[in-house]
Amino acid sequence: MLTESEWNAVVTSLKVATASVALGLPFAIGLGYFLARWRSPGKWIVETVVNLPLVLPPVATGVLLLLLMGRNGPLGRLLDELLGWRVVFTWYGAVAAGAIVSFPLMVRTIRVSFRSVDTRLEEAARSLGRSRLSTFYRVSLPLALRGIVAGSFLGFARTLGEFGATMMVAGNIPGQTQTIPTAIYSLFQSPGGVGRSTRLLLVSILLACVALAASEILERRRERHELS
Amino acid sequence: MSYLDFRASHRFSTGFRLHAEFETDQLVTALCGPSGSGKTTILEMIAGLKQPQRGRIEVGRKVVLDRQRRIMVPPERRRIGFVFQDRRLFPHLTVGGNLQFGQGPKDTPRNGIRFDRLVEVLDLGHLLERYPRNLSGGEQQRVALGRALLIHPEFLLLDEPTAALDEPLRDRILDYIARVIGEWRIPTLIVSHVREAVLRLASRTILLKQGRIVSSGSASLR
Repeated sequence: MLTESEWNAVVTSLKVATASVALGLPFAIGLGYFLARWRSPGKWIVETVVNLPLVLPPVATGVLLLLLMGRNGPLGRLLDELLGWRVVFTWYGAVAAGAIVSFPLMVRTIRVSFRSVDTRLEEAARSLGRSRLSTFYRVSLPLALRGIVAGSFLGFARTLGEFGATMMVAGNIPGQTQTIPTAIYSLFQSPGGVGRSTRLLLVSILLACVALAASEILERRRERHELS
Repeated sequence: MSYLDFRASHRFSTGFRLHAEFETDQLVTALCGPSGSGKTTILEMIAGLKQPQRGRIEVGRKVVLDRQRRIMVPPERRRIGFVFQDRRLFPHLTVGGNLQFGQGPKDTPRNGIRFDRLVEVLDLGHLLERYPRNLSGGEQQRVALGRALLIHPEFLLLDEPTAALDEPLRDRILDYIARVIGEWRIPTLIVSHVREAVLRLASRTILLKQGRIVSSGSASLR
């Protein structure tokens, strides 16, 4: 059904999206909880920075990532010297780009789900001898779990569609960094492109629908759960 | 010996001012007063969920709060069982999970409350696998009471334990509470606006009005 290079692009996309979510999730959970519980006048600064990739042109995010993670960038040099990892024009670059652009969506969904956890239950846990940390793991986290999973699916869907930043940081190397969107772009550029890109287009629509539906269903269930 | 020595004053942003001092050497003491008089706030301060701006609280022989000496024991280290008016059972845990949620101190409990015995006294055996949303009000109340007791508390706070229960059920819950206090002899402060409830259990009543104590004496004197 799919050609080998198309199939490679699908596999790379799924791999990149999974890794991006896995990379961003712990931070998104931490920040989501923090933003849900913390009240301070300086909060908007943190929120603005976190949400920046949501409105910034992905190409611009890509340039920022290149400056940061390129061979001469501060983080790029560190990763190269410590771990021997090259980020630019590798699979890692696509993961970094995916993680950055999906992060705000994940934080938003997760923050909402933490906010819906009743703080009175957290108080009860403390009075029952549980520390703050233990209360987080045993009460806040399990009660916010649906929203966390929903946020992960949303981030996954967003990463699958990532084009601009991925193109800048990871490039479009077939079999290595070529994802579904960049593959569609390549096919589209070649002669007879419109027709040749349809198969990947369909795959793209299918994957996006599945991830979004999963996120949506979980969110709905959470709401119903709360009402009952 | 004094079971509880409470002195606190706090001015809320709403303008409400709580200023209360009392001490009790009775096993069961009742805290009464109209709604909005500050009863629940006092319980929350004893449990460590709210900090008064000024004051000193001693439970048993342990100072849990002294603003002057900058002592503020966090709630999880106060060993005070709190049965909330709204019960606050964990919806993601079964009754069994709720009961065993608490983390008691590592040392052997002095009052020796055993899980099996407690389940028997509170009649919870057939409910252990259920989730809180499938329990009646009275059952939820018993689970909340059991959960607070399983941390082997040195002091017990009951906030309106019969609230939202109808008359026959109210009496049964009071029976359970009396049984628990009788069996394990845990000093208790009980907040209630139902005076009969209080008279049955408490040997002393403290009356609170608008954040101040207006009378404090034996329960039989009205």
